[in-house]
Amino acid sequence: MSAAGRTPRPVSIASFAQAKNVRRDQERNEVEGLMPVIAEVFGNIGITKDDVDFICSGSTDYLIGGPFSFVMALDAVGVWPPRSESHVEMDGAFALYEAWVLLQEGEIDAALVYSFGRSSLGDLREILALQLDPYYLAPLWPDPISLAALQARALIDAGKATEADFAAIAARSRRDALANPHAQVALDVSADTLLEDEYVVSPLRRHALPPITDGAAAIVLAAGDKAARWSEHPVWITGFDHRMESHALGARDLTSSPSTAKAADVAGVADGPIDVAEIHAPYAHQEIIVKQALGLGDDVTINPSGGPLAANPLMSAGLIRIGEAAARIASGEARRAVAHATSGPCLQQNLVCVLEGE
Amino acid sequence: MADETTTERGPVTTLATPIRLDFEFTPGVAQSVFLRGLKQAKFMGQRCSVCGKVYVPSRGSCPTDGVPTTEDVELSNSGTITTYCVVNVPFAGQSIEIPYICAQILLDGANLSFMGLIQEIATDQIRMGLRVEAVWVEPDELTESLSSVRYFRPNGEPDADYETYKEYL
Repeated sequence: MSAAGRTPRPVSIASFAQAKNVRRDQERNEVEGLMPVIAEVFGNIGITKDDVDFICSGSTDYLIGGPFSFVMALDAVGVWPPRSESHVEMDGAFALYEAWVLLQEGEIDAALVYSFGRSSLGDLREILALQLDPYYLAPLWPDPISLAALQARALIDAGKATEADFAAIAARSRRDALANPHAQVALDVSADTLLEDEYVVSPLRRHALPPITDGAAAIVLAAGDKAARWSEHPVWITGFDHRMESHALGARDLTSSPSTAKAADVAGVADGPIDVAEIHAPYAHQEIIVKQALGLGDDVTINPSGGPLAANPLMSAGLIRIGEAAARIASGEARRAVAHATSGPCLQQNLVCVLEGE
Repeated sequence: MADETTTERGPVTTLATPIRLDFEFTPGVAQSVFLRGLKQAKFMGQRCSVCGKVYVPSRGSCPTDGVPTTEDVELSNSGTITTYCVVNVPFAGQSIEIPYICAQILLDGANLSFMGLIQEIATDQIRMGLRVEAVWVEPDELTESLSSVRYFRPNGEPDADYETYKEYL
């Protein structure tokens, strides 16, 4: 039983698909990029759009520079006859949470969740500044790398990490990404070599920053008979929660993540051993903060996919963490896993999803 | 300067924070077919392989069936006005003299109407079912843009039967 006080209805990750993550998709628009992903997530388990009762997506018009892009993206699914549909202006992981909540009510048994984002069409340093407090912070246009660097500096000053730790995380992530066919940045370079890089914004070097990525991802959730029918060995969501902190950066201790810790508590991360963690830490130092907030020991395998340092498709990178963690359980490599997703500056909003095999 | 920050000056009620973002646009495979067609003074659409409907411009998928639209279709230069409005209100950036007519045009062979400017007809003569044709800019002015179409005008054919376009209102 979770800390929320009741046992959630079992919901499984029935299928997962993601686009090949690339620096820039020159050829295709958002719908054309999403269609093969939707086709794959249905095709994996031999179903069609008519088999899902609810559709929820995560995206933001700020990346595309056009209004209502989430409405046009529905063309990739084909919503006829009309069906229940929703959208969050957040990472697809948060859209997955909405679908999971609806499945908890017991009136539907299957949902499609997808997300898409083209990070390459505008200037992310400006776009991401606009998610800040509009009166006192956004008018200063602080770019996301500088804000992350403030957080990394605070972490070093608190004695919680070193620049060598950041390099070690980056080296491990890019090396693990060599085994991930969807990864964008995959290479085998030692941490010592990475430390020879110049600073982009001190104390962050290029290796500690996420790549700019165009991508998309999709997951089918199933409960009841459909969960059993669509997966021989279902991967179950056994705990799920998300929390957020103040948007005033100066009011937060940037070296810790109380919202992640609270979500982990409610999701029941500590109720059993964790084999694998997929952590959505776009900047290398943030992995250290999230790992501590999740209460994970050094025996836990972190980001075997390469994580967001290997590919960071905005709006999809969190949903992909859930899909990658589920894939480790489905393949038998792990029995119990935790996936984390974040949104906002310096880990402002955090989501924790616990997954278990049978 | 102390009095500059005192409350005697009253509350701050307005704060201007200018924002401008620039984006690159990727039309995609299907819309590129449409845009390249405009440069040749043609309307290019795409057909759904499941329901057979022709979309112009196509965004690359059938919004009903959710499958890629892969068959390119060249459409007629003529079509039918399904609905319209007469613009009488001036607004910032207006480039056409008011009053003018804005209409939804269903090109012959298409299953999706799009918006166009109607000229060479008095505003009190405009009507649903009116048959119109595209007037293109000079050949050396054609580009991959809807600005290649100067406007639509009546093509002289009898009005279309309501039954032929009622599905597209």
